[in-house]
Amino acid sequence: MTTTAEPTTELGKARTRKEDARLITGRTRYTDSITPHGTLHMHVVRSPLAHARINGVDKSAAEAAPGVVGVYTAADLGVDAVGLPCAWPITPDMKSPQRPLLATSTVHFAGEGVAVVVARTAAEARDAGDLVEIDYDPLEPVLDMEAALADGATLVHPDLGTNENATWVFDSGAAGTGGSVDEAISAAEADPDSVVVRRRFRQQRLIPAFMEPRSCVVDPTGEQITVWSATQIPHILRTMTTVTLGVPEAKLRVIAPDVGGGFGGKIGVLPEEMLCVALAQRLHKPVKWTETRSESLLAAHHGRDQIQDITITAKRDGTVTGLDVHLLADMGAYLGLVGPGVPILGAFMFNAIYKIPALKFTCTNVFTTKTLTDAYRGAGRPEATFAIERIMDELAAELGRDPLELREQNWITHEEFPFTTVVGLTYDSGNYEQATQQAKQKFDYDALRREQAERRARGDKVQLGIGISTFTEMCGLAPSRVLGSLAYGAGGWEAASIRMLATGKVEVITGASPHGQGHETAFSQIVADQLGVPFEDVEILHGDTQSSPKGLDTYGSRSLAVGGIAIVKAAEKVVAKAKKLAAHLLEASEDDIEFNAGQFTVRGTDKGKAIQELAFAAFMAHDYPEDMEPSLDADAVYDPENFSFPHGTHLAAIEVDTETGKVNLRNYVCVDDIGTVVNPLIVEGQVHGGLAQGIAQALYEEANYDDQGTLVNGTFVDYTLPSAADLPSFDTAVVSTPATSNPLGVKGVGEAGTIASTPAIVNGVLDAIRHLGVADVEMPTTSQRVWRAIQEAQGRSTQETPVDTHSPGAGLGSIDPNNPQGEVQ
Amino acid sequence: MIPAKFDYVRPSSVEEAVTALRDAGEDAKILAGGQSLLPVLRLRLAAPSTIVDLGGIAELRHIAEDGDRIAIGAMAAHHDVMRDDLVKQHVSLLSQATETVADPQVRHRGTLGGALAHADPAGDLGAVALALDAEFVIAGGSGTRTVPASEFFVDYFTTAIGEGEILTQVRFPKYTGWSTHYEKFNRTAQAWSMCAVAVALRLDGGSIAEARVGLTNMGTTPIRARGVEAALVGQQASEDAARAAAEHATEGTAAPSDADAASDYREHLARVLTGRAVLAAAG
Ligand SMILES: Cc1cc2nc3c(=O)[nH]c(=O)nc-3n(C[C@H](O)[C@H](O)[C@H](O)COP(=O)(O)OP(=O)(O)OC[C@H]3O[C@@H](n4cnc5c(N)ncnc54)[C@H](O)[C@@H]3O)c2cc1C
Repeated sequence: MTTTAEPTTELGKARTRKEDARLITGRTRYTDSITPHGTLHMHVVRSPLAHARINGVDKSAAEAAPGVVGVYTAADLGVDAVGLPCAWPITPDMKSPQRPLLATSTVHFAGEGVAVVVARTAAEARDAGDLVEIDYDPLEPVLDMEAALADGATLVHPDLGTNENATWVFDSGAAGTGGSVDEAISAAEADPDSVVVRRRFRQQRLIPAFMEPRSCVVDPTGEQITVWSATQIPHILRTMTTVTLGVPEAKLRVIAPDVGGGFGGKIGVLPEEMLCVALAQRLHKPVKWTETRSESLLAAHHGRDQIQDITITAKRDGTVTGLDVHLLADMGAYLGLVGPGVPILGAFMFNAIYKIPALKFTCTNVFTTKTLTDAYRGAGRPEATFAIERIMDELAAELGRDPLELREQNWITHEEFPFTTVVGLTYDSGNYEQATQQAKQKFDYDALRREQAERRARGDKVQLGIGISTFTEMCGLAPSRVLGSLAYGAGGWEAASIRMLATGKVEVITGASPHGQGHETAFSQIVADQLGVPFEDVEILHGDTQSSPKGLDTYGSRSLAVGGIAIVKAAEKVVAKAKKLAAHLLEASEDDIEFNAGQFTVRGTDKGKAIQELAFAAFMAHDYPEDMEPSLDADAVYDPENFSFPHGTHLAAIEVDTETGKVNLRNYVCVDDIGTVVNPLIVEGQVHGGLAQGIAQALYEEANYDDQGTLVNGTFVDYTLPSAADLPSFDTAVVSTPATSNPLGVKGVGEAGTIASTPAIVNGVLDAIRHLGVADVEMPTTSQRVWRAIQEAQGRSTQETPVDTHSPGAGLGSIDPNNPQGEVQ
Repeated sequence: MIPAKFDYVRPSSVEEAVTALRDAGEDAKILAGGQSLLPVLRLRLAAPSTIVDLGGIAELRHIAEDGDRIAIGAMAAHHDVMRDDLVKQHVSLLSQATETVADPQVRHRGTLGGALAHADPAGDLGAVALALDAEFVIAGGSGTRTVPASEFFVDYFTTAIGEGEILTQVRFPKYTGWSTHYEKFNRTAQAWSMCAVAVALRLDGGSIAEARVGLTNMGTTPIRARGVEAALVGQQASEDAARAAAEHATEGTAAPSDADAASDYREHLARVLTGRAVLAAAG
């Protein structure tokens, strides 16, 4: 990171995060550390089969087990008619199956709950769970999206009559925001001076793998039912609990205490949460559930999982003329809270930073008998970015052009902002030239290209590839009217309140409930500047619907760009009130009061009052203007006028050992333009974590199912997450072209690294071995896949790889948990 | 983690442990560092009636010189083995291979004896013990017996340790002055081996006087690559010799197929890694 002189204001200061000491040491309250007196523990008995009819559930042995309070099916609890909500009906005729709290007659994915055991201890509940006998009749699993759409396919939900959830289309020609892609393609096909490049990319299924497993505690012993949950969305959860179970919203208090990560994986209204509420109401005792890691990987929602058919047309001189996008998106067995909309969030990002005159996006969402998919860091935008950045490289290869040059030829130049894109979004600001220039310099692009040429000429067994991704994203979700036009079931505003305490300290309440991002630090910095109070005097309150009644929570890089601005708006109101009170106390006209660094002074005099003195005066209320309430406190709700559009240039130097296929990420440089930086340290942390996650998609992670629909790598034993030892030290930098759509000029950085890095890596791998005849390697680009791709390109046939087996992972080595043999039998 | 219920005993001597095992019957399990046993218990892939924890037996943690051998107690932690000066000096291959096992946390808990008794074909230490002709000291109801490495590894997760028996010590001949290297190939930096090759060479001038080569995860047990050894002896330690010898690497193997590597890829890796290991050992 480039360092500049430490700023005098808080904005831009690299403060260490004030929440870290408690979060990292665990000396805080995560949901699982909360156990009210008399708590009962719930264990979910899950289906091992992907698709099966339930003939019967024999609870007798479990009911008789020590400590067991009860064993319940959905019918036993009277919740068999309850369906969990999907808040994003992307089309009016979208097919939407009921998503039950527990499967009733049929299970639709391996890991779906069928019954729950409630016992006095978690161990007793777990032990008794093994005694619940469920009689299943296996049904054909539905695993492949294309097969699922074919005539005669087994239906996941026969009552829907199809495995198609919905097809959503955006056509710039029809929308009047651009030309017709069909015309662009036929024109290009007919024109010898044009090219048409078609590719199919696969976005493998990923598992969000947040650090703290999901957990929830419901205490019914009070006037309000209190729900603690390890969730990203306490406010949405409260409303949705009312919608789902009919508990009046005012009778619910939802608390997201400290939450250990989410990455979108904790945006959900969980069957387990609703079951805990139903059980707590029925048993009149607190009920608690904490998942195991294996349960989390199996049953918490997954991400990505798309097949992308991309067609790009261009003139031979490199000018792109059209982009056609056909997606199949795997919803899994049911619709998550925003699941069907996730690919649609990507619809507007396929054109990325380029001036593409015609774009058509068609996405068909498909049901399969797999764990449902929903938002995962980037949600739709990583998929879009991958497709466009990969196809730009393919186009460059087709035209024999330097891929960076080709991008430059097509991107929106700095002078062209604000720029309205082919999908009708207006990018307020950006400077692709600047970010790219800096990235190239840090990377030493030209020297690496020379090294690449030398290695190629030498026939070196280690080949070098340069991976490029010049990404942008839309974040700061979201202008409410845009969400309305997309039929999204909520607005996109955020709320904030500021309370000026009698002693001069400041309480700030935000509706953006953090789960590890550092809101407390960044928001304190903003307030310190806005009100001219010390950073240490600001306390950020969040995540409890009692203290922070209004909010739309944290996802889509929205906390700063929307939640932070709401705080600015509230602070402006505090300052206006304080100014009025200051004028009164200083016997001056309000017009003569100046506010600077926490001091209200009468222009041209040395008379003044500090904001803390005014807070005290308002509290005492002995002397204040007649037309004012004795309070400086203020609330604000901010609805953004536009998305924000961070962008950046990411460059990866990738070595491929052509003998073994091993990919080594040698160096990674990124220069991100995220507008105004509130705290560079937090920004760097977000970028690092994001890069690790995006690189992991390219190189390491994939949720694999066998032909029976069993998740075969459902533990950290073999769901290969990289560790620090697998990644290089990232070379990151930030440039700032302030957003013009909000008063701070901020854009959002939470998802940038994840969105940008995946195509950079895959482009780099291919750049290293394209000259050997390799055109594509599916993600994750494991050493075996790379080796096979090279063998095949050289005309040597190789064996099929069994994707459905365990492999020697972390704790279990060769023991396959799905198929144990040897000593463990 | 909530495993199935079990009884727990923590003896303080080998005799007590043997008695505890006898008393507990066939469903008893020995606990060493727990790094392989606990994941199995966590997923309820095993449900032993009794766990006999060797952690209280101080005498099993020694690393000592014993004549022309280095004797290592079964409960010596990977971390201690890898750092030990005697091991570095006389059995450097073991030290090198142990360094590649997992991560520091696992290496502080996991033990040499546990790893070898567990006999996971993807484990890194079996190939070393086999290549170096280690001996295994096993205590049981009728006393103590010593088993050579060539007879210790029986099958997938199966060793010569019988019911009611405890591995107490592993004895390595001294390979003082030998040139050694452990070449490991895995999916992520701290994972088990997809394939690995252990090589020890006694160099005489520029030529290879003696060679010991072991393969990890190329069959249901660790495998001694005798064909490679034979091809190396008498050769100059050159790239050509290494490559030619590596062609023998898959003799007698039965490479497993899994998601990380189908058998053809594993066989290819075995050849490539053997060549590299020989060259790296030769320096
Ligand atoms: C995340 C992770 C990564 C790993 N990566 C690797 C790796 O890269 N390479 C590698 O080689 N290993 C790896 N391991 C395994 C590690 O080396 C273990 O320590 C080892 O396999 C088992 O040793 P332990 O002392 O933990 O034994 P335990 O887990 O306690 O026991 C393992 C088995 O051996 C039996 N046993 C233990 N001691 C004795 C004894 N003295 N006599 C008779 N039977 C006994 C037990 O009953 C049990 O069946 C990894 C483990 C983990 C958790």
